[in-house]
Amino acid sequence: MGRNGSGKSTLSKVLAGHPAYTITAGDVIYQGANLLDLEPEQRARLGLFLGFQYPIEIPGVSNLEFLRVATNARRCQKGEEELDIFSFEDLVREKLSVVQMDPAFLDRSVNEGFSGGEKKRNEILQMALLEPTVAILDETDSGLDIDALRIVAAGVNQLSGPENATILITHYQRLLELIIPDYVHVMAGGRILRSGDKELAMELEQTGYDWVDRELDNLVADSQPRECA
Amino acid sequence: MNAASVVSAPDSGTDWLVQLAGSPLPARQQEDWRFTDLAALQSVSPAVATSPPWRDLQLPAGVARLSPAAAAPYLGTALAAVGSEALWPVRLNMGAAPPLLALRVQGEVDAFELPFEASPEAGLVPWRILLVLDPGARLQLLECPIAAPQTSQLLNGVMEVVLGPGARLHLGTLAQGTSNACLFQHMAVRQSAGSELMATTVTSGWSLVRQDPRVVQEQGRAHTQLRALQRVVGREIADTHSTVRFDGPEGQLDQLHKSLADGAGRSVFSGVVQVPRSAQQTKATQISRNLLLSERARIDTKPELQIVADDVKCAHGATVTQLQPEELFYLQSRGVEASKASQLLQRGFCDEVLRDLPPPAGRHQPVAALLRES
Repeated sequence: MGRNGSGKSTLSKVLAGHPAYTITAGDVIYQGANLLDLEPEQRARLGLFLGFQYPIEIPGVSNLEFLRVATNARRCQKGEEELDIFSFEDLVREKLSVVQMDPAFLDRSVNEGFSGGEKKRNEILQMALLEPTVAILDETDSGLDIDALRIVAAGVNQLSGPENATILITHYQRLLELIIPDYVHVMAGGRILRSGDKELAMELEQTGYDWVDRELDNLVADSQPRECA
Repeated sequence: MNAASVVSAPDSGTDWLVQLAGSPLPARQQEDWRFTDLAALQSVSPAVATSPPWRDLQLPAGVARLSPAAAAPYLGTALAAVGSEALWPVRLNMGAAPPLLALRVQGEVDAFELPFEASPEAGLVPWRILLVLDPGARLQLLECPIAAPQTSQLLNGVMEVVLGPGARLHLGTLAQGTSNACLFQHMAVRQSAGSELMATTVTSGWSLVRQDPRVVQEQGRAHTQLRALQRVVGREIADTHSTVRFDGPEGQLDQLHKSLADGAGRSVFSGVVQVPRSAQQTKATQISRNLLLSERARIDTKPELQIVADDVKCAHGATVTQLQPEELFYLQSRGVEASKASQLLQRGFCDEVLRDLPPPAGRHQPVAALLRES
């Protein structure tokens, strides 16, 4: 959690390998590999998944074909057999139930003409197919009506298990009423300022972010070099 | 049996083509040819195919061959109507005495493909087609010109189309070339009121392609849809110059021209839409969308509206872009390799045109052929 501009989406894109960012220092070790040495597709195949805040539309690219190519890439990494068109259709129809998505969306171009809620369902459908070990869902609740929020949250809960981790980026307690977090981290100025459990999220809901700003100011002041007398 | 006749007194280079056309090669100083390097014609061997490139022609019910006498009242009328008799590719075609396929269409006809086979002995393969659609007739036709393998050929086709009132033609050209071959195609269409033309042209793999589609809505009140997709790689050149003219009111045009340019390929589009004073309440859109895939590739595009009428809705536009990094990243973030992601995006770019080919195109797997996917 954190204010707008605190660096949450930036962190998620950096982890996923967005080409707009240059990493000047540090490493990100995941499953024994430095993620920063890997291409975005290699990171995804290792099990990292980014659910986009604003999933883009790709006209002309079949959603079904895209999902099949992506799923087979992940299966290949896991040493599993690639699925042909027919086997994949069986699998994807089974996974559609996770997000109660209309099969008609498979025949359309990737996210083209989808409503905000449909785009987010399509993201969770991808998550269901790719079975990531770490999923970062960037404001998955934004743009969702109450029913869609419940469906998406139920999908995330259904996909969560002891073998994987889900990082939710959110501003609102309402999502955390549906997906109970094990940990809550508060980000400010590009760093994790405080960590806690779901109580921390409730505190934020009541008090807002002013105290976070003050803590960040203090932290920055403490880290400034002091002049010697 | 295909055959070819050697052209008499064949001088080197393109002199024999000039001789056949009765006109010098178009020069780069001419506006319509300024970007079209004709050097590839130098290697075309001086022999002209004398037999038709279509073989085993089986026409569906509702399509009949026109005798020369029956074809005569129509032949040349579309060329005259669109003013293309003096176009150099047309002059060359006429000079080469091409085999003629003249067809009359009545009623609703099953979709079919014109079988095509170029004689391997010939350098120049000319052909001429006349399509006459009676009032209310419906036709879906696919033409797939293809050069003989490992030859330096120039395929040169002229198609004239006469659409009667209420007739509907869905015409597709899927032209997959070879690296030494050239393709010159001209289409001249006369549309009567109430007729519909849906023409989709897809070319790739030719050393040089020149397409000159020209359409006239003789009384307006007709609908014209033009789709084109041209892909160039290596040092290939693809050049389309289209003209659509409305000679009456309430005509409609929906034109989309797309190109992909990779390597040092060059794609050219010049599209003219003429809306004279008599063509009030014309609705026309003309869009040129282009994808530049390398630093050395080149796109030249010029959509052009010539409007005199004062009560029309006409729009045109052109875009030249590269693959969008955000789209590539989205696909990569799902584990799709960069090269595969690029391929998917190019497929998507092409799909908008390919899906408008007539049904027989499906068996050619046009997207795989176009992008040279194995």
